[in-house]
Parts: sequence; C-alpha cells; structure tokens
Amino acid sequence: MRLLNLFKIAFKAIILNKTRTLLTMLGIIIGVASVIAMLAIGEGSKESIRSTISSMGSNMITIRPGTDTRGPARGSGGDVQTLTLKNYEVIKEQANLLSYSTPVVNGSGQVINGSNNWPSTIYGVNPEYLNIKVVDLQSGSMFTNAEVKSAAKVALIGQTVVDNVFPDGQEPVGKMIRFNNIPFKVIGVLEEKGENTFGQDQDDVVIAPYTTVQKRILAIDYLNQIMASAVSEDDAPEAVTQVTEILRTQHKLQDYEDDDFSVRSMEELISTFSSTSEMLTLLLVAVASISLLIGGIGIMNIMYVSVKERTKEIGLRMAVGGKGSDILMQFLIEAILISITGGLLGVILGLGATIFIEKFLNWPTSVALYSIVISFAVCAVTGIFFGWYPARKASSLDPITALRYE
Amino acid sequence: MTKEIIKIENLKRAFTMGSETVHALKGINFTINEGEFVTIMGSSGSGKSTMLNILGCLDQPTSGNYEIDQVKVKNLSRNQLATIRNEKIGFIFQSYNLLARTSAIENVELPLLYNSKVSTEERRERAINALKMVGLADRLDHTPSQLSGGQQQRVAIARSLVNNPVMILADEATGNLDTRTSYEIMALFQELNKKGITITFVTHEPDIATFSNRTIVLKDGNIIQDYKNNKVLSAAQELAKLPQQDH
Ligand SMILES: Nc1ncnc2c1ncn2[C@@H]1O[C@H](COP(=O)(O)OP(=O)(O)OP(=O)(O)O)[C@@H](O)[C@H]1O
Ligand SMILES: [Mg+2]
Repeated sequence: MRLLNLFKIAFKAIILNKTRTLLTMLGIIIGVASVIAMLAIGEGSKESIRSTISSMGSNMITIRPGTDTRGPARGSGGDVQTLTLKNYEVIKEQANLLSYSTPVVNGSGQVINGSNNWPSTIYGVNPEYLNIKVVDLQSGSMFTNAEVKSAAKVALIGQTVVDNVFPDGQEPVGKMIRFNNIPFKVIGVLEEKGENTFGQDQDDVVIAPYTTVQKRILAIDYLNQIMASAVSEDDAPEAVTQVTEILRTQHKLQDYEDDDFSVRSMEELISTFSSTSEMLTLLLVAVASISLLIGGIGIMNIMYVSVKERTKEIGLRMAVGGKGSDILMQFLIEAILISITGGLLGVILGLGATIFIEKFLNWPTSVALYSIVISFAVCAVTGIFFGWYPARKASSLDPITALRYE
Repeated sequence: MTKEIIKIENLKRAFTMGSETVHALKGINFTINEGEFVTIMGSSGSGKSTMLNILGCLDQPTSGNYEIDQVKVKNLSRNQLATIRNEKIGFIFQSYNLLARTSAIENVELPLLYNSKVSTEERRERAINALKMVGLADRLDHTPSQLSGGQQQRVAIARSLVNNPVMILADEATGNLDTRTSYEIMALFQELNKKGITITFVTHEPDIATFSNRTIVLKDGNIIQDYKNNKVLSAAQELAKLPQQDH
C-alpha cells in the first residue's frame, strides 16, 4: 500500500517534470546507444579481419629446409636438399593435427602460348593444395592423384597468367601452353585472389602435379617446401611442434643440434593483425567510455540540479508527514524508472544505429552482449545513484529548512 | 479536566547567519489546553512564524522545552515527528506552499498519500469534502497557477483539514482573503473548534482575534500580552451582519 502510493507519487512527479525526465533519459540513451554502436563497429572489424585472414588460410603451415628462424629460407631451399618426399610421407602419416598437406617444388620460367609469353612461377603440388590455400577454381577442375602419380603434363593457371597469355579472351581450359618448352594442357583456372598482404600477386602462378615439375622441369628429387594446414587455427601452434618433432626424428638430429628446417604457421601474421584490430577496439572503447562518462555526468547534473530544485517540494512533503524514507523511496523509484526506461531506449537506439551502419555504410558490425550489459549497468547505476544521493541529503534536513531552500 | 496539548518553557530560537545572530524567540512560556482557540498577534518580524513552525514540529528550538500532548518533542525520532505532523497537525503556511502544476485536489490529497491507513477512494472523498468546506468544490482540477491568491490560500486550508487533525496551526490563513471569505473561514474554524480541535491562529487583524477565546501578543521575540477573550464573537453571526452582496 505504502509502496504503491510511493509509486504513484513518483510516477506523478515524472510526468510533472517532463523536461527534466527527457533530458535525463537523453543522457542515458545517448550514452548507452553510443557504447553499443561503437563496440559493435570495433568487434565487427575485428571479426572481419579475422575472417579475411582465415580466407587466406590461417591454418596454413609451411615447412622449409634450412636453419633460418625468420624470413624466407636461405636460397629458397634450392640449394638445401634435406627435405624429401619421404619426410612428407611420414609427416602425412604421423601428424594428426594436420588436415591437408602437399609437397611443394617450385621454379620460375616462361609461360608461352603461341606468340604470347609471360614470366611466371610454377608450383608443383598435389590436389590438397587448393584446400590449404583456400582457393577455388574459376573454371575447369583440379588434377587428380592419378595424374600426380603418372606425372601428367596438366596445369592450372592464375588469372594474371590467363590475362597475359590469352589476351584475346579465349577460354584457356583445354588449350595447350608451354612452360620452359614443356607442353602442358590447361585443365583449370584459379579463382582470382589479388595481392596478398605482402603485395605479391597471388594470381601469377602455374600449378601442376609436383611429380611433373620435379621430373620434367626441375630435374630434382627433393622438395622445396611442404605446405600443410592444421585442423584448426587454435591447433596451429601445436601442429608446428608436432611437425618439428617428426622432422627432427626423421633427420636424426641430436638434442644439442639445431633444426635444419623451419616450420612456421600463419600465427605470427594473425597476431600482428589481431593486435592492430585490438588497438582499434581499444580506441573505440576509449571513445565509448568517454561518451558514457559524458552521459553519466549529464545524468548526474540533471538529477542533482533537479533535486536541489525540488528541495522545497521535499520540505513540503516532509511537512505534511512524509518520512525521510518515503521521500528517498520516491526519488529512488523515480530514478529507477527514468534510468531503466532510458537504458532500454538506449539499447534499442544502439542496436538500430548498428543495423543502420551495417546496412547503409556497409561497415562490418557485431553487437557484443557485454557492451549492452556494461553500458546499461553504468547508466542505470549513475542515474539511480545521483537520483538517490541528493535526495538523501535533502530529506535529512528539517522540513522548514528544506521549505526555505532557495 | 483540561489537557495541556502544547506546553513550552523558556523556548528560544536563534538564527546564525555568518557572524550575525538573530534572536527570533527570546525565551517564551505558555501552555495551550485542548480545545482552545488561540490567536497570536504581533508586528511583522516579532517571531510569530518562527514560533508556529516550532509548534508544528517543522523546526527545532535552539533551547527550551516543547511538550506536545505531554510528550517531549526532543525525545521523538524524525519518523515519529513525521507521523505526528501527518496525523495530528494541520499546518497552514503563510506562503501556502502548494505543489506547482498539481491540481487542487491532488494538493489536498497529499498528506493522506503518506498515510497508508487511508484508501484511494477515501482519500479522494475526504479531499473533495475539504475543498467543499472552503468553498472550492468547483475548482478541483485547477492548478495553483490557475487559482487566485485567496483560492490558493483556501486550498492550503483544505489541505490542513483533510487529515482530521487534533490541532490546527494557521499562519495568517486569512491574510489574502476579503472580509466576507475570511469570516466564512473563521466560522469554519469556530465550528471545528467546537468539535474539540485546538486552533492556534497567527493573524495581524484585530477583528479576527475577536473570534478566538485567547490572544497572545509577541514583540521582538517576547510575549508582551496573554489574555482571555471574555466576549467571543460568532463568525457566523458577524457574517450574517455583513451587507449582502449579490453574486
Ligand atoms: N531562517 C531564518 N534565518 C534567519 N533569520 C530568520 C529566519 N527565519 C526568521 N528569521 C528572523 O526571525 C525574525 C522573526 O521572523 P518571523 O518570520 O517569525 O516573523 P513574523 O512574526 O512571522 O513576521 P510576519 O508577520 O512578517 O510574518 C525576523 O527578524 C526574521 O528575520
Ligand atoms: Mg510570519
């Protein structure tokens, strides 16, 4: 009964002070909405960077001969002959954290089609290469394991090669090209990938069975590289360790000896990118915190000033028999109603703004639950506290002192 | 058997403002018995409002004793004082103190909102009755800014009556009313007084004092006169004697 009365009183007071209520709510609404929208942008770009990296093959692991720890293997592995097909087969058999793997041999040369020629690089791989690099085919199909076994003279080419050796727009699939004078039948065109993070043209490639490249082009029996992909991004570091162990055993290395090969995952790259996007999020969090703070100060101001204004009212309420606790409860209810309503409207506005940004500005967004919870909680707590605290001071005065308040 | 409803002893109230101290009440003594109708008179600044505020438990004396219904006010908690104000006292402020932008009826209902024993229906009914008593039955939904000074004063009077107080403390409750209306209000107070309600009425006008049975005169914070009125006039009769006005 008493609480019901206080609810009525609080509700009437809210209606009575429309402007004050609206201004307070506005502070809360803007605070909550901006935090939600900004963190959604931050999270969104973080996710989009992640997925971009994933599409480049974030699980990818490369194994090169040579003892380098950073940068490309010395002499591109050309003069280091320690990586063998046997090594590959053992890795494939034993490393259970790898989902795909392929031997890689590569060499450069001229791609020729009639009078058109173009300098490019040929990669000798097995069919799993496409899965590792996460490339699709634009047309045609991948060579088969049988074609690898038979060292078939078939090749797939990238868009840059297509553009340069088939300039008149003919369909390359089914045509013959020559690479360093060895004829290859084009059986597919790789999907365009553009430049990679290091500015290399990923479409300037010729892909052929590694057996063909080993025998007919390079005349070698070792491998330049082994490429593999870990079963998941999280497993990549573990997979690196696993492969390292296997290869050390294979190469009969003693404990005191350094690796004569290097195994690297895309992890380093990812962590660089993650830290960049982490910084972006941090920046947005900072901006959001400032707007939350400003919103909070706004709430504080309005609540504080309004209670000062209402000290006379508090005096009167006490004079006609309102207890200090009644007055406090009334202001608390008011503050709660205003803060919660404002907070909810803020959440709605924040989600609306996020959808708008996603739809019309085409920015990637992702609403984080914690941003809703935190912003709502901060605004609600500020609103409630600053509604309650000055009321507590006013209600501890003698009624006549409060009534006389100017 | 008479009961002392108000008893003050050597009551002092000083206001300190910076280095200056204003002694508004300099040690006053009196008792008011249940059922008395007392008018308090005195020039402006003599301390009437200051005294009434203390009697109404709205302010604390600097020193001295105040007993209300044989209970020392000093010993009462803030909540107990609030309950006394809510249930026993009807206070009419010199400056009305109505809630702005709030209708007359809601202003009058206010004290009952803090009394959980009164239901919503009863609250409304009592508020309407109180407004009828002061002649504002047709102004229930007017806000203070839509009422004249005298009408606002009458809303304040209605508010003081709505809780059926045992004691009414009025600070120049008729100060803004014409003779006719103020006599009507005095007749109302006399009627309430007959029912046993103790009334303490601050006024400037000597003719108002003739409706009470006792007058206390203050000057510079001291009581200079305290006398019984042997010939109490009836406000209702005086009202009838006033020249009739056509409406
Ligand atoms: N809150 C206060 N602070 C300082 N001085 C005060 C305060 N209240 C009253 N006074 C002083 O106390 C004295 C008595 O004031 P009070 O209001 O009691 O006079 P009053 O008799 O009611 O006068 P009036 O007839 O004009 O209403 C005055 O000198 C006034 O200035
Ligand atoms: Mg006065």
